[in-house]
Amino acid sequence: MDIAKELLEGSRLALSRAITAIENEYPEANDIMKELYPHTGHAYVLGITGPPGAGKSTLTDKIARAYRKAGKTVGIIAVDPTSPFTGGAILGDRIRMNELTLDEGVFIRSMGTRGSLGGLSHKTADAVKAMDAFGKDIIIVETVGVGQSEVDIVKAADTTMVILIPGMGDDIQAIKAGILEIGDLFVINKSDLDGADKLVREINMMLDLDAGSMMQARTATEEAIANQFHHLNVTKHEEAAPGYWRPPVHKVVAMQNEGIEELIGLAKKHHAFIEENGELHRRRTRRARDEMLDILNARINAHIKGHIVDNGRLDGYVKSFQNHETDPYTVVADLLKEMLK
Amino acid sequence: MEKKIRVLVAKPGLDGHDRGAKVVARALRDAGFEVIYTGLRQTPEQIAEAALQEDVNVVALSILSGAHPHLFPKVVDLVREKGMKDVLIIGGGVIPETDIPALKKAGVSEVFTPGTPTSAVVDFIKANVKA
Ligand code: B12
Ligand SMILES: Nc1nc2c(ncn2[C@@H]2O[C@H](COP(=O)(O)OP(=O)(O)O)[C@@H](O)[C@H]2O)c(=O)[nH]1
Ligand SMILES: [Mg+2]
Repeated sequence: MDIAKELLEGSRLALSRAITAIENEYPEANDIMKELYPHTGHAYVLGITGPPGAGKSTLTDKIARAYRKAGKTVGIIAVDPTSPFTGGAILGDRIRMNELTLDEGVFIRSMGTRGSLGGLSHKTADAVKAMDAFGKDIIIVETVGVGQSEVDIVKAADTTMVILIPGMGDDIQAIKAGILEIGDLFVINKSDLDGADKLVREINMMLDLDAGSMMQARTATEEAIANQFHHLNVTKHEEAAPGYWRPPVHKVVAMQNEGIEELIGLAKKHHAFIEENGELHRRRTRRARDEMLDILNARINAHIKGHIVDNGRLDGYVKSFQNHETDPYTVVADLLKEMLK
Repeated sequence: MEKKIRVLVAKPGLDGHDRGAKVVARALRDAGFEVIYTGLRQTPEQIAEAALQEDVNVVALSILSGAHPHLFPKVVDLVREKGMKDVLIIGGGVIPETDIPALKKAGVSEVFTPGTPTSAVVDFIKANVKA
């Protein structure tokens, strides 16, 4: 099966096999990605994160349906934690999305974190690319908002929604530092429960504190620019695209499909905003940079492993250090010469 | 390379007995498999399509309602039609011994009835999966 070719021709099985190759780091994954890469860059990537049980999957289902109603095709990547003890996982996000299964315009894939350090964001990014090349208009990535690797995943999104629910109590204090940074939209789900308005107020307060400092910083920079370039009259463009996005806080009841259209509206607004002010371009540039370095690092590590670890040379060196015959610095310098020639 | 055995645990039909499916799902997770659980009341079409999207190695069906003679073969056919030739398909639940030969003939590789230790299911998958 020529996976890349068939994927580009619209085979869902090929898309599925491509993601497996990416996940399992099969050697052919590289060739597949090479062929798919020129066909990527069209999809809009939406990250959805938040604590377990916040209703991320329920919300993903409703958002996907709203986009389908608007005629968009949707890809969904739902990431759930792998048990660090057994290496196994129960991936249950599809339970909330069963009605999407038979819609040919939707493709859902569940992934376990598989305890890979850093490699996870690389793999989900490639899975996003595979769905992008397949032709999905909107790609939603759902991850549990705990741990660095999950945060890395949503950083790869164009727009990131942070889902919170009433009654989280002190938890919100613990996570606020991390979430303030990554959220473009804050969604208060389960607004049918008590405490939703209180939570909205809390988040708004935190965001205003944050916004205050951001605005100050911007004003100082603006002043400096204006002072230097006032003869060019640069302020006009600044008005059209103010540089700071104040994340809105929006209440929904995902289970009842309440507030979803408005939420999609906010996502669209954010998309237009970052497109206009150049942030989308900056995010994608940063992502391309990180990705390139990731791939290079991974390849170099694999090379080192093949060159000195797997064949036992490393053990030999270690023995000679212990016998004081040589030292790691000398050996590494020699090895680099050997490997980089 | 990090190959993982992926198993779709599904409940076809209107049968609401899900304890067995959950017990099996947890046992498979504990054996290191990735288990995709889709919940209750799935049509054979939904199960086959989920198996395709998730690129699973095993489809594990649970039925206690008596609807297995119709539903199991239907799932087998749809999964094969979608081009998933190598996927191992197994089943379990309240299934009379006399029904089992017909199910096997229809393409269900093994059937596990009440009282089966979950380790037997794990061992069977390990021995028969084409990963
Ligand atoms: C508990 C139970 C219920 C509970 C279910 C709770 C739940 N959420 O699961 C409740 C009370 C809700 C219930 C309701 C009904 N039940 Co009931 N129920 C049972 C009972 C007593 C035990 C089932 C159970 O949970 N066993 C424990 C689990 C762990 O075992 P298991 O499911 O068999 O799974 C094991 C194996 O079968 C196997 N396995 C199972 N699935 C799979 C899948 C795979 C892939 C693999 C590899 C292995 C595998 O591995 C498991 C571990 O060994 C059985 C009788 C019995 N002894 O089996 C009747 C039974 C299943 N129920 C029956 C009936 C008729 C009903 C009702 C229709 C009753 C009514 N008239 O209202 C309703 C229908 C509910 C519905 N919506 O479908 C009948 C079914 C008759 C038939 N098949 O012809 C049974 C057999 C009782 C009987 N003898 O009449 N039930
Ligand atoms: N009360 C209430 N419960 C909800 C709402 N949305 C989702 N839930 C429930 O919250 C639980 C967890 O939902 P799920 O989508 O799986 O959460 P996830 O872990 O964040 O993906 C489920 O039982 C849902 O039915 C809502 O708007 N209100
Ligand atoms: Mg979820």
